[in-house]
Amino acid sequence: MKKIIVVGGGPAGMQAALSLVAEGLKPVIVERSGALGGKLRDWHNLFPSMTPAHEVLEGMTKQMENAGVEVMLHTEVEGLTDGGVLLMEGKKLEGEAVIVASGFDIFDARLKEEYGYHIYDNVFTTVDVERMLNKGEVALHDGSAPHGIAFVHCVGSRDEKVNQKHCSKVCCITGVKQAMEMRQLFPDAEIYNFYMDIRMFGPGYEELYQSAQQDFGVNFIRGRVSEASPTIDGRLQIKAEDTLVGRPLKMTVDMLVLIVGMKASSSNEKYALPLSSSGFLTPRDLFSGAVSSDLPNVFYAGTATAPKTIGESICEGSMAAEKVSEYLKSRK
Amino acid sequence: MKRSSWREYEKEIAGDHYYYARSCIRQNFFPGSEATFLRIMRDVLGKDIYDDPRHTSCTGIGYHTDIVPLDTTMAVVARQFALMTEAGYENMAVSCITSFGLYTEILETWHEFPETEARARENLFKATGREFKKPANIAHTSDLIFHNREEIERQAVRRLVDATTGEPLKVVEHIGCHYAKIFPKSGIGGSEFPYVLAGMVEQWGGQVVDYPERRHCCGFGFRNYLVQVNRGFSIANSRKKLESMAPYKPDMMVANCPGCAMFLDKWQYALAEMENVTYGADGRGIPVLTYEEMAGLVLGYDPWDMGMQMHQVDVEPLLGKLGVRYDSEAKYLGRGGKFIGAPKPAAVNAFSGDRIYRIKH
Amino acid sequence: MSAIEWGYSVLPARTMDLDRNDLGPVREMLEEMPQFGACIACGGCTATCTAGNLTSFNFRRVHTLVRRGEYTGAWAEMNKCMLCGKCRLVCPRGINTRGVVRLIKRKLGDY
Repeated sequence: MKKIIVVGGGPAGMQAALSLVAEGLKPVIVERSGALGGKLRDWHNLFPSMTPAHEVLEGMTKQMENAGVEVMLHTEVEGLTDGGVLLMEGKKLEGEAVIVASGFDIFDARLKEEYGYHIYDNVFTTVDVERMLNKGEVALHDGSAPHGIAFVHCVGSRDEKVNQKHCSKVCCITGVKQAMEMRQLFPDAEIYNFYMDIRMFGPGYEELYQSAQQDFGVNFIRGRVSEASPTIDGRLQIKAEDTLVGRPLKMTVDMLVLIVGMKASSSNEKYALPLSSSGFLTPRDLFSGAVSSDLPNVFYAGTATAPKTIGESICEGSMAAEKVSEYLKSRK
Repeated sequence: MKRSSWREYEKEIAGDHYYYARSCIRQNFFPGSEATFLRIMRDVLGKDIYDDPRHTSCTGIGYHTDIVPLDTTMAVVARQFALMTEAGYENMAVSCITSFGLYTEILETWHEFPETEARARENLFKATGREFKKPANIAHTSDLIFHNREEIERQAVRRLVDATTGEPLKVVEHIGCHYAKIFPKSGIGGSEFPYVLAGMVEQWGGQVVDYPERRHCCGFGFRNYLVQVNRGFSIANSRKKLESMAPYKPDMMVANCPGCAMFLDKWQYALAEMENVTYGADGRGIPVLTYEEMAGLVLGYDPWDMGMQMHQVDVEPLLGKLGVRYDSEAKYLGRGGKFIGAPKPAAVNAFSGDRIYRIKH
Repeated sequence: MSAIEWGYSVLPARTMDLDRNDLGPVREMLEEMPQFGACIACGGCTATCTAGNLTSFNFRRVHTLVRRGEYTGAWAEMNKCMLCGKCRLVCPRGINTRGVVRLIKRKLGDY
């Protein structure tokens, strides 16, 4: 039996492999890094249920081991070939079909220079905060506790200046989640979320947002932070407009958290398949062909095509496996 | 501050043979600065720079106040380019930030909309019979000093440090808005963390003050200053910067824009009169220097030769800190020792009257 | 004062300075009535407001300003409310808006 190649071993790729096994097929996961799990490995608790990320990850990896899925780690896919994919150093891997589940890149917050990421010590990204939460060490650069925290929504999303016109979808709820986690860690801190729109599309998200406002005392201010600058006592001055009252606003905080968006993976270009204006792979259509590409034997799953939640990515992994199965049957 | 990101915004700067485009207002506000620039370029750096008496205002102020139409502005700029072409130069060194922004903007407009270039060429030819080549390289004169900051340091007689304590002087740098806010790639360090002046200050031993309103406009704003009733806009912005920098107790400011240097300096007097507030450690104001003056002091030039007697805020306390020896009697003596007149004492230039000012820091 | 006739004066900043504003009273208000913090600025209250259709009274805007520590005039503005209660009926977040009016009047009478 020929193999089905799954590019990427994050949540979408792992679920695709598991579903392929369930369909009686033989998947092989090709993973660039040294471990399965993708970015899920860095996350702490998952919104909206606050399920620990490691629980989800461990559940999936256990199933992978039980199913005996073949995994090629430290292996990078360089492109598609007639009967499979091209690997590093000109090697080829043959397969009857390919599922591209190569995920996304995290937006490089340094590109929004006005926020001073990697210039000022107490500017962090939501990714940094997840890592700090995992280590159990959420603190300012000097190890002290913050008294004023501001979250900036849409950093690297809905922003032509950095060629990121799309909405990254999950950042709003991430900002709400992390603001609530900060409140639990620092009960006396002032916490502000600066947003352009609050997009609470998922189950339980709006409820979480309301709880953040009402029960966790998080202040939501509609307005994009225009810049951060250092103050004489080592804090950060930020400016925004409170667009709901139509007046500019300024304040100083100890910690600035940039809610970074999802950037299309730079590896998307390797497939020579159509890309959206933001660089995501374009599925055949957005309805019944959401996991199909323009090629009959190439399928998509997860954030290779657009920003998605972990649940949605896992869902697409299953869907792509089903489409592979349908494709193989149609050839017989 | 970790300013390493400035290296992502390094631009091509021609090494020699420049056509000098002067500023119209600097020659009144800081009349020795352009002469100092030419002296540094020629005597210190050994460069060829052509100072052309035929070129005119770029119309920038008129353009930004809606008095001069764009087509006229383009034709005038085309004429400057034609004069440069005729003189056999292709690298433009622009003294004024407004002009630099305008030249850059026009070249970009011609690139995006070639029909506007064709029209400018036609208008220029009809009016003057002149033709031109576009500059191969265009740089602000602060770019050129930045570019040569190491050579200037080699020939320097002093550093930007307190001569008694050896501590670095605390310097506020202010970048004209049109230096990099229109086209960040046209400025050294981009628009958020410009390095053009900070690089000089650091090279010559000073310490750059990074204060919250560092990026804020000085408030000049063309029409906002030119119409008297609107000047409240202008002075409020300068005050915002002064209030923000005051706690750092800066020893001096340095600016690369004619309007900024002028307003940050002169408004300190107006604020003392209007609101009884003065700035600077001793309450006598924070001196505002042009980058040429700063370079000149480092190179050991005489402050009065550089026109520093024209400043609103007296520079003597700063000269004292730097250990510059100067003849205080000669401050208001012009060419051939002729007395050029002296201003009345004011709050921010050594006045010790009975009025009590609130010193902010 | 200065003897010079300038013809203009330094314009005051319109910026809301959250470092300078006294956020104590609004913190007390939020503690007393947490749902005051749950507004999503839909404007339903202002759209239906009996007083707001006749005067410049804008309940949503005034209570948002109060949230930022801008209390000047808030009490006087709230006096325009006729306490009819229609705003409470339309609020999608179920906020006791009439309670917010009374809270602002009770807490911010000095501003």
